[in-house]
Amino acid sequence: YFLLNFNPFDNLLCILLGISFTVWFTLLLVFIIVPAIFGVSFGIRQLYMKTLLKIFEWATHRIERGAKDNNHLLYKPYSNAIIAKEPTSLEEEIKEIRRSGSNRDLDHASEFEMSDIFYFCRQGVESIMDDEVTKRFSAEELESWNLLTRSNYNFQHISLRLTVLWGLGVVIRYGFLLPLSNNTLCFMTCNFLSEQVHLMCYRICVRALTAIITYHDSENKPKNGGICVANHTSPIDVIILASDGCYAMVGQIHGGLMGVIQKSMVKACPHIWFERSEVKDRHLVAKRLSDHVEDKTKLPILIFPEGTCINNTSVMMFKKGSFEIGSTVYPVAIKYDPRFGDAFWNSSQFGMVNYLLRMMSSWAIVCSVWYLPPMTREEGEDAVQFANRVKAAIARQGGLVDLLWDGGLKRGKVKDTFKEEQQKLYSKMLVGTQEDRSRS
Amino acid sequence: MGSRASTLLREEEIEEIKKETGFSHSQITRLYSRFTSLDKGENGTLSREDFQRIPELAINPLGDRIINAFFPEGEDQVNFRGFMRTLAHFRPIEDNEKNKDPTASEPLNSRSNKLLFAFRLYDLDRDDKISRDELLQVLRMMVGVNISDEQLGSIADRTIQEADQNGDNSISFNEFIKKVCL
Repeated sequence: YFLLNFNPFDNLLCILLGISFTVWFTLLLVFIIVPAIFGVSFGIRQLYMKTLLKIFEWATHRIERGAKDNNHLLYKPYSNAIIAKEPTSLEEEIKEIRRSGSNRDLDHASEFEMSDIFYFCRQGVESIMDDEVTKRFSAEELESWNLLTRSNYNFQHISLRLTVLWGLGVVIRYGFLLPLSNNTLCFMTCNFLSEQVHLMCYRICVRALTAIITYHDSENKPKNGGICVANHTSPIDVIILASDGCYAMVGQIHGGLMGVIQKSMVKACPHIWFERSEVKDRHLVAKRLSDHVEDKTKLPILIFPEGTCINNTSVMMFKKGSFEIGSTVYPVAIKYDPRFGDAFWNSSQFGMVNYLLRMMSSWAIVCSVWYLPPMTREEGEDAVQFANRVKAAIARQGGLVDLLWDGGLKRGKVKDTFKEEQQKLYSKMLVGTQEDRSRS
Repeated sequence: MGSRASTLLREEEIEEIKKETGFSHSQITRLYSRFTSLDKGENGTLSREDFQRIPELAINPLGDRIINAFFPEGEDQVNFRGFMRTLAHFRPIEDNEKNKDPTASEPLNSRSNKLLFAFRLYDLDRDDKISRDELLQVLRMMVGVNISDEQLGSIADRTIQEADQNGDNSISFNEFIKKVCL
């Protein structure tokens, strides 16, 4: 009965599956796991990167040519600046507006002019056309196309060759790169028994994500008893830094799978996890952090002071908490190359799983990590100034824009104190002249 | 982000907006990209909340009035054409426009239209006059809590005194232009 139902095709399928599995496994072992264990590289990924860049250039060129032939104009949203302005202060600009007004004699300086509103008017409309903050919370726009439809606005059928290439890209990314990452990511969740295994797991992860990382200035790598601060773009930042050194992580304990992973990690190295209720108590947090850094046998703490993911074109306000502790700060700048796949995690747009899938199916994650020389708080400098100094150094090294705005603006409203500051400045202009007048 | 590609601006629309506002092709696509990124609801129109999400605008003392200028009378949504029409007032006057055909309709960014925009920031009830109350309201928005009512009142009185020429204790558009005279 059993033999009668024996289908030769089934048999063939089994054999094929068996073979492909073996091939997979061997490839996995040779190209990913073994090099990760020994920390060596075959240089394959560099070659891969160069080839990809050439293909992207060709693809972009082809789109541009196609567009020209069809007389379309290409959508290049951010290639030209739309506002012509030089930054000046409120007072200077209002004085300038008043000066260019009617024949007022300047020694009889008026307190209020109706033309003063032009200043606020112009500032307002300029910020409507383009502002420094809202564009940091969505992915960076690219000039060239990297064969991912997710980053292209000009995607129309231009040529058969381009479409074939794109199709091939899809097959490779979803049929090859994604399952590869999946398989190797499973290794990561298995054990966290010791520091060395920790490192190895992260290295495997890095290769699984096809991440090509260049570390600069490794002599400045964070040492025990210090705090490592870096700009934050995605959860992958952690993997990138942890594959090159051991850190103690700080964060909130999540529920579910993340929580289980977090708790198991503590067995290996002493990470600092907080319950949700403890997070609100700033003194408790500060105490646990300073206890940790005082113990010189403990690993350096890894903190992302921005508090949220930014799109890697700028560095936003650093929360001062980690700078109040008083230990040595080791700044690290991380800059992703956006041409290969955008690493920014827009948490309001995708969840974690969706994000990881996108990461695993993009071509590669190429980034540079710079270890900056350690900094300590100087005499007469408060935590906020120290934080800004470190932020400026990171921004300079990574080629990012240094902003004073709070990353929390991604979700929350801006504080009224900023508006009140402007009102105070303007009032000083009006009232200041009044005082002079009453004196004369 | 993928949906943005499906709401691409059509060439004919771009041409119409170009004729109406005078912006160049690349400026229009740039501003369209800006419009869609502000449009969190992805329904092709902006609401007041969408504007208030811009931090630099939210801290502007006259922010609410400026946002109001984009919305036509009594409406709560503005589409891209309306958006561009209002922004067109702020386009710099180019040399080749100065000697335009006088019979053609006045461009949106003419000096007079720019001044009208500013005048309307004061004149909330659109009765073509800036009353003492309306002036006080704007002054209060710009100075916050830093100046007392009496002081502010005297500033307003002085301003109206200097500008008012026909003695109706309010400032008309022509009196405004003479006072500002840029």
